[in-house]
Amino acid sequence: MSNSSDTSYSALIEKWHMLTGTRLFWAVVMIAGIAFCIAVDTFDFVDLYLQLILIYVGINIILTVSLNLINGYMGEFSVGHAGFMAVGAYIASILTVHVFPPNAQNLLFPLAILAGGMAAALVGFLVAIPSFKTRGDYLAIVTLAFGMIVKSILENIDAVGGPRGLLGMEKLTTLPWVFFWTALSVWVIRNLVYSNFGRGVLSIREDEIASDLMSVNTRQVKIIAFVVSSFFAGIAGGLFAHALQFINPRMFDILKSTDILIMVYLGGIASIGGSIIGAVIYTILLEILRPLGIWRMVLMPLMLVLLMIYRPRGIMGMKEIRMFVPLRDFVTEKLWRQKKKEAGDASA
Amino acid sequence: MPLLEIQKLTHRFAGLCAVSDFNFAIEPHELVGIIGPNGAGKTTVFNLITGVYRASEGSIKFEDQELVGLTPHKITRSGIARTFQNIRLFKELSVLDNVRIAHYGQIAYTPAEALLHIGRFRAEEKRITSQALDLLSIFKLDEMAGEKAKNLPYGLQRRLEIARALATKPKLLLLDEPAAGMNPNEIIQLMEFIGWIRQTFSVTIILIEHQMRLVMGICERIVVLDFGATIAAGLPAEIQNHPRVLEAYLGVEVTP
Repeated sequence: MSNSSDTSYSALIEKWHMLTGTRLFWAVVMIAGIAFCIAVDTFDFVDLYLQLILIYVGINIILTVSLNLINGYMGEFSVGHAGFMAVGAYIASILTVHVFPPNAQNLLFPLAILAGGMAAALVGFLVAIPSFKTRGDYLAIVTLAFGMIVKSILENIDAVGGPRGLLGMEKLTTLPWVFFWTALSVWVIRNLVYSNFGRGVLSIREDEIASDLMSVNTRQVKIIAFVVSSFFAGIAGGLFAHALQFINPRMFDILKSTDILIMVYLGGIASIGGSIIGAVIYTILLEILRPLGIWRMVLMPLMLVLLMIYRPRGIMGMKEIRMFVPLRDFVTEKLWRQKKKEAGDASA
Repeated sequence: MPLLEIQKLTHRFAGLCAVSDFNFAIEPHELVGIIGPNGAGKTTVFNLITGVYRASEGSIKFEDQELVGLTPHKITRSGIARTFQNIRLFKELSVLDNVRIAHYGQIAYTPAEALLHIGRFRAEEKRITSQALDLLSIFKLDEMAGEKAKNLPYGLQRRLEIARALATKPKLLLLDEPAAGMNPNEIIQLMEFIGWIRQTFSVTIILIEHQMRLVMGICERIVVLDFGATIAAGLPAEIQNHPRVLEAYLGVEVTP
């Protein structure tokens, strides 16, 4: 009795997995999501404070997923992610405040965000170059230095307000846009991970020398990983700047990078589902604990220490929620066996 | 024309001469063994051929192309694959992915196609996966395709490493101590296995080994290294009784 209910339960799970692997399922989820976001944005039936939290959740998901590509999948330790975010935030803000005509802000906003991402990607390319020869702790120092360089450059450019920061952005970051960019970043990074280049990224984490000797162009892989990761950090920066409507260099210092690192390791390394879980939990928990005031900053690190003791690899470390794994990865093996069997039957 | 020709190869590590004036050539479809005591420079020769180290002096020519100065992945793509003395699989990845990674150079889609999963992506992934699974089934590893490499028993890990090397479609296969940690029975099986690989994949093989039984059993020609220098070369029977080889392995007789 219990056996049959077990099998029907697992059959149901299997059906669910097959469903989540289809394009139609994702199309429905995306349309429903964007429709909900547009509805919230136009009819304002959700508290504004709650909307802002949702926007931060989205931005943090982008940051976490993109950093996970470097720290989780590639096994490097980058502590300069906020630096890329700063580049994106400043470039996008300069464009909307100083360059684009004020009456076309809404229309040109995606372009500004895209430009911020591109600029960050370009900088990511430059950071990828030292990673050819340096890795581990030493590359971490390089990224740390990079973060400091970005911060001090911004502090010394008067045109963008120097240490006082830049303001004058309109509140262009709306929930639908955040949803769009979040979905895009998750989708693109998932695509990358489950491709030839993604496998190259993983092989660098496992054994870089063996990877090179197995025909993987490790330099190409590192460039792709850094460019994609920093591109999305730049996108997140642009969205952040236009949600807060004010930025200054101090917002993008090592503490911001640490925040992103915490979300990555909370959710779990090398996991897209984990990154989303980590970003959601951390962002929402910070808000829930806000009434505790300064004690919040005691409680959060304590929770992290406990997490590292009881789940050292984070909530989803090195595991993936199956709905993020392309269905193809499960069915090819099955199809191949079928083909082999048919060929065997034909010859017999 | 030799497939691989090494001339006057010398390599120094901060003054220590690991390989000195090493000359070597191998014809297509040969099976040659490199033997020598510990620290003789055998693995260093493999590392120099595959580009892990850059040779201090000398030249390595593969099908008339100079290899010194090329990066390892370029050398692998030109047709040289290797295994490692201490297994270096991608431990946390699946058996299938271990083999698929070795197809890296054979994929025809661009990073942009990979990011958006468009264009040639689907067809290419299907082709590579099916090739990798075919290869695994030849090596009787297809049942474990989804297993993490680190969960395989030792013998199968060695076999997977050879499968992974062959996935790069090499003309020359370098095996670094394939019999390490095997008992005499397994070594006999390995001898047959290596002969079979040579036939099936029509590859040329260079073998580093400590196990005399294996080397004497299958190699057509043997080169003996000691302190980075060639001390003898020839047929297995000649090597077995070569005075300098006995000297290197057993030491010199002390005359009272």
